[in-house]
Amino acid sequence: MIPAAFDYQRPASVDEAIRLLTDSGDEAKILAGGHSLLPLMKLRLAAPSLLIDIGRLRDLSYITDAGDHIAIGALTRHHEVETSSVLRAQVPLLAHATSQVGDPQVRHRGTIGGSLAHGDPASDLPAVCLALGATFTAAGPGGSRQIPADDFFQGFLETALEPNEVLVEISVPKVPDAGWSFQKFNRRAQDWAIVGVAAVHNGSTGVALVNMASTPVRASSVESAIAGGASAGEAAAHASDGLDPPADLNASTEYRRHLAEVLVRRALQEAGVA
Amino acid sequence: MKISVTVNGEKRDNEVEPRLLLVHYLRDVLALTGTNVGCDTSSCGACTILLEGQSVKSCTVLAAQADGATITTIEGLAGPDRMHPVQEAFREHHGLQCGYCTPGMVMAAVSLIEEVPDLDEAKVREGLEGNLCRCTGYHNIVKAVLAAAKTPARSAS
Repeated sequence: MIPAAFDYQRPASVDEAIRLLTDSGDEAKILAGGHSLLPLMKLRLAAPSLLIDIGRLRDLSYITDAGDHIAIGALTRHHEVETSSVLRAQVPLLAHATSQVGDPQVRHRGTIGGSLAHGDPASDLPAVCLALGATFTAAGPGGSRQIPADDFFQGFLETALEPNEVLVEISVPKVPDAGWSFQKFNRRAQDWAIVGVAAVHNGSTGVALVNMASTPVRASSVESAIAGGASAGEAAAHASDGLDPPADLNASTEYRRHLAEVLVRRALQEAGVA
Repeated sequence: MKISVTVNGEKRDNEVEPRLLLVHYLRDVLALTGTNVGCDTSSCGACTILLEGQSVKSCTVLAAQADGATITTIEGLAGPDRMHPVQEAFREHHGLQCGYCTPGMVMAAVSLIEEVPDLDEAKVREGLEGNLCRCTGYHNIVKAVLAAAKTPARSAS
Protein backbone atom coordinates (compact mmCIF):
# COMPACT_ATOMS: atom_id res chain seq x y z
CA MET A 1 0.00 0.00 0.00
CA ILE A 2 1.33 3.36 -1.03
CA PRO A 3 0.21 6.72 0.37
CA ALA A 4 -1.21 9.41 -1.91
CA ALA A 5 1.47 11.82 -3.10
CA PHE A 6 2.44 14.66 -0.82
CA ASP A 7 5.08 17.33 -0.43
CA TYR A 8 7.64 16.86 2.30
CA GLN A 9 9.31 19.50 4.43
CA ARG A 10 11.79 19.06 7.24
CA PRO A 11 11.79 22.25 9.34
CA ALA A 12 14.84 23.01 11.50
CA SER A 13 12.81 24.37 14.42
CA VAL A 14 9.35 24.34 15.97
CA ASP A 15 8.90 27.95 14.84
CA GLU A 16 9.56 26.96 11.26
CA ALA A 17 7.10 24.08 11.60
CA ILE A 18 4.45 26.50 12.87
CA ARG A 19 5.13 28.83 9.93
CA LEU A 20 4.73 25.96 7.49
CA LEU A 21 1.49 24.92 9.18
CA THR A 22 0.19 28.48 9.10
CA ASP A 23 1.01 28.86 5.41
CA SER A 24 -0.64 25.62 4.38
CA GLY A 25 -3.97 25.83 6.21
CA ASP A 26 -5.41 22.47 7.18
CA GLU A 27 -3.83 20.62 4.24
CA ALA A 28 -0.67 19.82 6.20
CA LYS A 29 0.04 17.24 8.87
CA ILE A 30 2.88 17.07 11.34
CA LEU A 31 4.94 13.87 11.06
CA ALA A 32 6.74 12.70 14.20
CA GLY A 33 7.47 8.97 14.42
CA GLY A 34 4.79 8.26 11.85
CA HIS A 35 3.32 5.19 13.52
CA SER A 36 -0.18 6.62 13.76
CA LEU A 37 -0.22 8.79 10.65
CA LEU A 38 1.56 6.64 8.06
CA PRO A 39 -0.76 3.62 8.50
CA LEU A 40 -3.74 5.92 7.90
CA MET A 41 -2.06 7.42 4.85
CA LYS A 42 -1.26 3.97 3.43
CA LEU A 43 -4.94 3.06 3.73
CA ARG A 44 -5.75 6.44 2.12
CA LEU A 45 -7.87 7.31 5.13
CA ALA A 46 -5.68 10.40 5.37
CA ALA A 47 -4.19 12.23 2.40
CA PRO A 48 -2.45 15.42 3.56
CA SER A 49 -0.88 17.44 0.76
CA LEU A 50 2.11 18.34 2.92
CA LEU A 51 3.96 16.39 5.59
CA ILE A 52 6.00 18.49 7.99
CA ASP A 53 8.58 16.09 9.43
CA ILE A 54 9.60 17.29 12.90
CA GLY A 55 11.19 13.93 13.73
CA ARG A 56 14.68 15.35 13.85
CA LEU A 57 13.99 18.16 16.31
CA ARG A 58 15.87 16.33 18.99
CA ASP A 59 15.55 19.24 21.43
CA LEU A 60 11.93 18.06 21.77
CA SER A 61 13.15 14.71 23.10
CA TYR A 62 13.77 14.80 26.85
CA ILE A 63 12.54 13.56 30.19
CA THR A 64 13.21 16.18 32.87
CA ASP A 65 12.55 16.21 36.59
CA ALA A 66 10.83 19.57 37.14
CA GLY A 67 10.02 19.60 40.84
CA ASP A 68 6.49 18.35 41.38
CA HIS A 69 6.16 17.03 37.84
CA ILE A 70 8.11 15.40 35.05
CA ALA A 71 8.37 17.28 31.77
CA ILE A 72 8.50 15.07 28.69
CA GLY A 73 9.37 16.42 25.26
CA ALA A 74 6.72 15.56 22.67
CA LEU A 75 9.23 13.75 20.45
CA THR A 76 10.40 11.41 23.18
CA ARG A 77 10.04 7.93 21.78
CA HIS A 78 7.99 5.27 23.58
CA HIS A 79 11.13 3.20 24.08
CA GLU A 80 12.75 6.08 25.99
CA VAL A 81 9.65 6.58 28.14
CA GLU A 82 9.26 2.91 29.05
CA THR A 83 12.94 2.54 29.99
CA SER A 84 13.32 5.89 31.79
CA SER A 85 14.48 5.34 35.37
CA VAL A 86 13.03 8.72 36.36
CA LEU A 87 9.58 7.83 35.03
CA ARG A 88 9.71 4.30 36.41
CA ALA A 89 10.30 5.78 39.85
CA GLN A 90 8.09 8.87 39.69
CA VAL A 91 5.26 7.99 37.28
CA PRO A 92 5.35 4.19 37.04
CA LEU A 93 1.86 4.07 35.47
CA LEU A 94 3.11 6.00 32.43
CA ALA A 95 6.31 3.97 32.03
CA HIS A 96 4.42 0.69 32.32
CA ALA A 97 1.52 1.63 30.03
CA THR A 98 4.01 2.84 27.42
CA SER A 99 5.69 -0.60 27.50
CA GLN A 100 2.31 -2.00 26.41
CA VAL A 101 2.02 0.19 23.30
CA GLY A 102 2.31 -1.79 20.06
CA ASP A 103 5.51 -3.82 20.00
CA PRO A 104 9.25 -3.08 20.34
CA GLN A 105 9.62 -1.94 16.72
CA VAL A 106 6.68 0.43 17.07
CA ARG A 107 8.05 1.76 20.36
CA HIS A 108 11.43 2.44 18.75
CA ARG A 109 9.75 4.89 16.35
CA GLY A 110 6.51 6.12 17.91
CA THR A 111 6.57 9.23 20.10
CA ILE A 112 4.49 10.21 23.12
CA GLY A 113 3.47 13.50 21.51
CA GLY A 114 2.52 11.87 18.23
CA SER A 115 0.34 9.35 20.00
CA LEU A 116 -1.44 12.03 22.06
CA ALA A 117 -1.86 14.51 19.20
CA HIS A 118 -3.42 11.74 17.11
CA GLY A 119 -6.26 11.63 19.67
CA ASP A 120 -7.20 8.02 19.04
CA PRO A 121 -9.68 6.68 21.64
CA ALA A 122 -8.13 3.21 21.20
CA SER A 123 -4.64 4.44 22.17
CA ASP A 124 -3.27 3.68 25.60
CA LEU A 125 -1.51 6.93 26.47
CA PRO A 126 -4.42 9.40 26.26
CA ALA A 127 -6.30 7.51 28.99
CA VAL A 128 -3.13 7.35 31.09
CA CYS A 129 -2.69 11.13 30.77
CA LEU A 130 -6.32 11.69 31.76
CA ALA A 131 -6.02 9.47 34.83
CA LEU A 132 -2.79 11.20 35.87
CA GLY A 133 -4.12 14.71 35.24
CA ALA A 134 -1.36 15.57 32.76
CA THR A 135 -0.99 18.97 31.11
CA PHE A 136 0.01 19.50 27.50
CA THR A 137 1.95 22.44 26.08
CA ALA A 138 1.08 23.56 22.56
CA ALA A 139 3.21 26.02 20.62
CA GLY A 140 1.57 28.28 18.04
CA PRO A 141 2.21 31.53 16.17
CA GLY A 142 1.36 33.61 19.25
CA GLY A 143 3.48 31.63 21.70
CA SER A 144 2.63 28.60 23.77
CA ARG A 145 -0.31 27.63 25.97
CA GLN A 146 -1.11 24.92 28.47
CA ILE A 147 -3.99 22.54 27.85
CA PRO A 148 -5.18 20.19 30.62
CA ALA A 149 -5.60 16.61 29.40
CA ASP A 150 -9.29 16.89 30.33
CA ASP A 151 -9.79 19.60 27.70
CA PHE A 152 -7.55 18.10 25.02
CA PHE A 153 -9.50 15.19 23.51
CA GLN A 154 -12.51 16.68 21.75
CA GLY A 155 -13.72 14.19 19.16
CA PHE A 156 -12.71 11.12 17.18
CA LEU A 157 -9.07 11.79 16.19
CA GLU A 158 -9.75 15.41 17.10
CA THR A 159 -7.89 17.43 19.73
CA ALA A 160 -7.86 20.97 21.08
CA LEU A 161 -4.76 21.72 18.98
CA GLU A 162 -5.36 24.49 16.44
CA PRO A 163 -4.35 23.66 12.85
CA ASN A 164 -1.20 25.75 13.28
CA GLU A 165 -0.23 24.51 16.74
CA VAL A 166 2.34 21.87 17.61
CA LEU A 167 2.26 19.77 20.77
CA VAL A 168 5.70 20.30 22.33
CA GLU A 169 5.61 19.04 25.91
CA ILE A 170 3.70 16.71 28.21
CA SER A 171 3.81 17.44 31.93
CA VAL A 172 2.83 14.66 34.32
CA PRO A 173 2.56 15.03 38.09
CA LYS A 174 4.96 12.90 40.12
CA VAL A 175 3.12 10.14 41.96
CA PRO A 176 5.92 7.92 43.31
CA ASP A 177 3.86 6.46 46.14
CA ALA A 178 0.46 6.24 44.48
CA GLY A 179 -1.29 2.96 43.79
CA TRP A 180 -1.79 2.47 40.08
CA SER A 181 -2.95 0.00 37.48
CA PHE A 182 -3.11 -0.32 33.74
CA GLN A 183 -5.46 -2.96 32.39
CA LYS A 184 -5.34 -3.70 28.67
CA PHE A 185 -7.56 -6.38 27.22
CA ASN A 186 -6.82 -7.57 23.71
CA ARG A 187 -6.78 -10.81 21.75
CA ARG A 188 -3.24 -10.66 20.41
CA ALA A 189 -0.21 -9.26 22.21
CA GLN A 190 0.39 -6.32 19.89
CA ASP A 191 -3.25 -5.35 19.26
CA TRP A 192 -5.04 -2.22 20.34
CA ALA A 193 -6.98 -2.56 23.57
CA ILE A 194 -10.55 -3.76 23.07
CA VAL A 195 -11.03 -1.96 26.36
CA GLY A 196 -8.34 -0.49 28.58
CA VAL A 197 -8.33 1.14 32.00
CA ALA A 198 -5.79 3.45 33.61
CA ALA A 199 -6.15 4.10 37.33
CA VAL A 200 -4.11 6.04 39.85
CA HIS A 201 -5.00 6.11 43.54
CA ASN A 202 -3.29 8.84 45.49
CA GLY A 203 -5.66 10.26 48.06
CA SER A 204 -8.05 11.01 45.23
CA THR A 205 -8.57 8.47 42.48
CA GLY A 206 -8.23 9.04 38.73
CA VAL A 207 -9.73 6.51 36.32
CA ALA A 208 -9.85 6.75 32.52
CA LEU A 209 -10.91 4.40 29.77
CA VAL A 210 -9.45 3.26 26.45
CA ASN A 211 -11.78 2.54 23.53
CA MET A 212 -15.04 3.12 25.36
CA ALA A 213 -16.20 6.24 23.49
CA SER A 214 -15.35 8.35 20.45
CA THR A 215 -12.63 9.99 22.55
CA PRO A 216 -10.34 8.86 25.34
CA VAL A 217 -12.57 9.38 28.35
CA ARG A 218 -12.47 9.85 32.10
CA ALA A 219 -14.67 7.46 34.09
CA SER A 220 -16.21 10.30 36.12
CA SER A 221 -18.99 8.21 37.68
CA VAL A 222 -16.46 5.69 38.97
CA GLU A 223 -14.31 8.47 40.41
CA SER A 224 -17.24 10.11 42.22
CA ALA A 225 -18.48 6.75 43.53
CA ILE A 226 -15.08 6.17 45.13
CA ALA A 227 -15.01 9.70 46.50
CA GLY A 228 -18.40 8.89 48.04
CA GLY A 229 -17.00 5.83 49.78
CA ALA A 230 -17.94 3.05 47.34
CA SER A 231 -15.86 -0.14 47.21
CA ALA A 232 -13.95 -1.11 44.08
CA GLY A 233 -16.73 -3.51 43.07
CA GLU A 234 -19.49 -0.96 43.67
CA ALA A 235 -17.64 1.81 41.84
CA ALA A 236 -16.84 -0.45 38.89
CA ALA A 237 -20.55 -0.95 38.27
CA HIS A 238 -20.54 2.67 37.05
CA ALA A 239 -17.72 2.07 34.52
CA SER A 240 -19.79 2.82 31.43
CA ASP A 241 -22.28 5.28 32.93
CA GLY A 242 -23.14 7.90 30.35
CA LEU A 243 -20.98 6.23 27.69
CA ASP A 244 -22.02 4.73 24.39
CA PRO A 245 -19.08 2.47 23.58
CA PRO A 246 -18.50 1.57 19.93
CA ALA A 247 -19.24 -1.82 18.38
CA ASP A 248 -16.72 -3.31 15.96
CA LEU A 249 -15.27 -6.63 14.79
CA ASN A 250 -13.70 -7.24 18.19
CA ALA A 251 -16.58 -6.44 20.50
CA SER A 252 -20.21 -5.40 20.69
CA THR A 253 -21.29 -2.41 22.73
CA GLU A 254 -22.65 -4.69 25.45
CA TYR A 255 -19.45 -6.73 25.60
CA ARG A 256 -17.43 -3.51 25.97
CA ARG A 257 -19.67 -2.40 28.86
CA HIS A 258 -19.11 -5.76 30.55
CA LEU A 259 -15.35 -5.63 29.97
CA ALA A 260 -15.16 -2.10 31.30
CA GLU A 261 -16.80 -3.10 34.56
CA VAL A 262 -14.53 -6.12 35.03
CA LEU A 263 -11.37 -4.22 34.10
CA VAL A 264 -12.23 -1.15 36.20
CA ARG A 265 -12.78 -3.42 39.21
CA ARG A 266 -9.42 -5.12 38.64
CA ALA A 267 -7.71 -1.78 38.12
CA LEU A 268 -9.16 -0.26 41.29
CA GLN A 269 -8.21 -3.30 43.33
CA GLU A 270 -4.70 -3.35 41.95
CA ALA A 271 -4.38 0.39 42.62
CA GLY A 272 -5.31 -0.22 46.24
CA VAL A 273 -8.95 0.94 46.38
CA ALA A 274 -10.64 -1.22 49.01
CA MET B 1 13.94 14.56 -3.11
CA LYS B 2 17.50 13.40 -2.58
CA ILE B 3 18.36 11.06 0.25
CA SER B 4 21.67 9.72 1.42
CA VAL B 5 21.80 6.64 3.62
CA THR B 6 24.37 4.09 4.69
CA VAL B 7 23.01 0.62 4.08
CA ASN B 8 25.02 -2.38 5.25
CA GLY B 9 28.10 -0.21 5.39
CA GLU B 10 27.72 1.24 1.92
CA LYS B 11 26.77 4.86 1.28
CA ARG B 12 23.81 5.18 -1.10
CA ASP B 13 22.48 8.38 -2.68
CA ASN B 14 19.17 8.32 -4.48
CA GLU B 15 16.43 10.57 -5.72
CA VAL B 16 13.14 9.37 -4.23
CA GLU B 17 9.51 10.40 -4.09
CA PRO B 18 8.58 11.60 -0.56
CA ARG B 19 5.91 8.91 -0.33
CA LEU B 20 8.35 6.06 -1.04
CA LEU B 21 8.32 3.64 1.88
CA LEU B 22 11.65 2.53 3.28
CA VAL B 23 10.90 -1.13 2.55
CA HIS B 24 10.23 -0.32 -1.12
CA TYR B 25 13.39 1.76 -1.26
CA LEU B 26 15.41 -1.20 0.05
CA ARG B 27 13.74 -3.77 -2.17
CA ASP B 28 13.02 -1.90 -5.39
CA VAL B 29 15.70 0.79 -5.53
CA LEU B 30 18.62 -0.99 -3.84
CA ALA B 31 17.51 -4.53 -4.86
CA LEU B 32 17.92 -5.76 -1.29
CA THR B 33 15.03 -8.19 -1.42
CA GLY B 34 15.93 -10.07 1.75
CA THR B 35 13.59 -7.75 3.63
CA ASN B 36 10.09 -9.07 3.04
CA VAL B 37 6.75 -7.31 2.90
CA GLY B 38 4.19 -9.30 4.85
CA CYS B 39 1.08 -7.59 6.14
CA ASP B 40 2.10 -4.08 5.04
CA THR B 41 0.26 -2.71 8.10
CA SER B 42 3.03 -2.69 10.75
CA SER B 43 1.65 -5.83 12.38
CA CYS B 44 3.67 -8.82 11.18
CA GLY B 45 7.28 -7.64 11.42
CA ALA B 46 8.49 -9.37 8.23
CA CYS B 47 9.94 -6.04 7.08
CA THR B 48 11.95 -5.44 10.26
CA ILE B 49 15.36 -3.83 9.72
CA LEU B 50 17.78 -1.97 11.97
CA LEU B 51 17.61 1.82 11.76
CA GLU B 52 20.45 3.35 13.78
CA GLY B 53 20.81 -0.06 15.40
CA GLN B 54 17.19 -0.39 16.54
CA SER B 55 14.56 -2.68 15.07
CA VAL B 56 11.87 -0.86 13.09
CA LYS B 57 9.16 -1.92 10.66
CA SER B 58 10.32 -0.54 7.33
CA CYS B 59 6.79 -0.62 5.86
CA THR B 60 5.89 2.18 8.27
CA VAL B 61 8.88 4.46 7.74
CA LEU B 62 9.35 6.79 4.78
CA ALA B 63 12.64 6.56 2.94
CA ALA B 64 12.75 10.33 3.50
CA GLN B 65 12.67 9.81 7.26
CA ALA B 66 15.73 7.59 7.00
CA ASP B 67 17.76 10.24 5.17
CA GLY B 68 21.21 10.40 6.78
CA ALA B 69 20.67 7.23 8.79
CA THR B 70 22.61 4.01 9.10
CA ILE B 71 20.59 0.94 8.13
CA THR B 72 21.28 -2.75 8.47
CA THR B 73 19.21 -5.32 6.58
CA ILE B 74 19.40 -9.10 6.72
CA GLU B 75 21.95 -8.97 3.87
CA GLY B 76 24.30 -6.96 6.05
CA LEU B 77 24.46 -9.28 9.05
CA ALA B 78 26.77 -12.04 7.90
CA GLY B 79 30.50 -11.59 7.61
CA PRO B 80 32.48 -12.74 4.56
CA ASP B 81 33.22 -16.13 6.11
CA ARG B 82 30.47 -16.85 8.50
CA MET B 83 26.94 -16.05 9.45
CA HIS B 84 25.91 -13.76 12.28
CA PRO B 85 25.44 -15.63 15.60
CA VAL B 86 21.69 -15.12 15.41
CA GLN B 87 21.59 -16.59 11.91
CA GLU B 88 23.71 -19.52 13.04
CA ALA B 89 21.42 -20.12 15.99
CA PHE B 90 18.33 -20.10 13.74
CA ARG B 91 19.98 -22.77 11.58
CA GLU B 92 21.20 -24.82 14.51
CA HIS B 93 17.84 -24.80 16.32
CA HIS B 94 15.66 -25.02 13.23
CA GLY B 95 14.17 -21.61 13.93
CA LEU B 96 12.37 -21.46 10.62
CA GLN B 97 9.90 -23.42 8.57
CA CYS B 98 8.75 -21.63 5.41
CA GLY B 99 11.24 -18.85 6.09
CA TYR B 100 9.08 -15.88 5.18
CA CYS B 101 9.12 -14.27 8.62
CA THR B 102 12.77 -15.19 9.18
CA PRO B 103 14.59 -12.04 8.03
CA GLY B 104 12.33 -9.92 10.23
CA MET B 105 12.58 -12.35 13.14
CA VAL B 106 16.37 -12.34 12.92
CA MET B 107 16.58 -8.54 12.78
CA ALA B 108 14.15 -8.17 15.68
CA ALA B 109 16.17 -10.71 17.65
CA VAL B 110 19.46 -8.89 16.98
CA SER B 111 17.93 -5.69 18.34
CA LEU B 112 16.36 -7.48 21.31
CA ILE B 113 19.63 -9.19 22.30
CA GLU B 114 21.40 -5.85 22.08
CA GLU B 115 18.78 -4.14 24.24
CA VAL B 116 17.98 -6.68 26.94
CA PRO B 117 21.00 -8.12 28.73
CA ASP B 118 19.25 -10.81 30.78
CA LEU B 119 16.94 -12.50 28.30
CA ASP B 120 14.87 -15.47 29.40
CA GLU B 121 12.12 -17.31 27.57
CA ALA B 122 9.36 -14.97 28.71
CA LYS B 123 11.34 -11.89 27.71
CA VAL B 124 12.13 -13.35 24.29
CA ARG B 125 8.47 -14.14 23.67
CA GLU B 126 7.45 -10.66 24.73
CA GLY B 127 10.30 -9.07 22.80
CA LEU B 128 9.21 -10.80 19.59
CA GLU B 129 5.54 -9.83 19.96
CA GLY B 130 5.85 -7.65 16.88
CA ASN B 131 6.81 -10.58 14.64
CA LEU B 132 4.29 -13.14 13.43
CA CYS B 133 5.13 -16.62 12.12
CA ARG B 134 2.28 -18.09 10.11
CA CYS B 135 3.88 -21.55 10.46
CA THR B 136 3.59 -20.97 14.22
CA GLY B 137 7.17 -22.11 14.62
CA TYR B 138 7.69 -20.02 17.69
CA HIS B 139 9.19 -22.67 19.99
CA ASN B 140 12.33 -23.12 17.94
CA ILE B 141 12.58 -19.41 17.18
CA VAL B 142 12.63 -18.71 20.92
CA LYS B 143 15.21 -21.48 21.44
CA ALA B 144 17.38 -19.98 18.72
CA VAL B 145 17.21 -16.47 20.16
CA LEU B 146 18.06 -17.71 23.65
CA ALA B 147 21.01 -19.67 22.27
CA ALA B 148 22.23 -16.67 20.28
CA ALA B 149 21.92 -14.46 23.34
CA LYS B 150 24.45 -16.71 25.10
CA THR B 151 26.93 -16.50 22.24
CA PRO B 152 29.68 -13.99 22.96
CA ALA B 153 29.01 -10.93 20.81
CA ARG B 154 31.35 -10.70 17.88
CA SER B 155 31.50 -8.50 14.89
CA ALA B 156 30.34 -10.38 11.83
CA SER B 157 31.83 -8.04 9.30
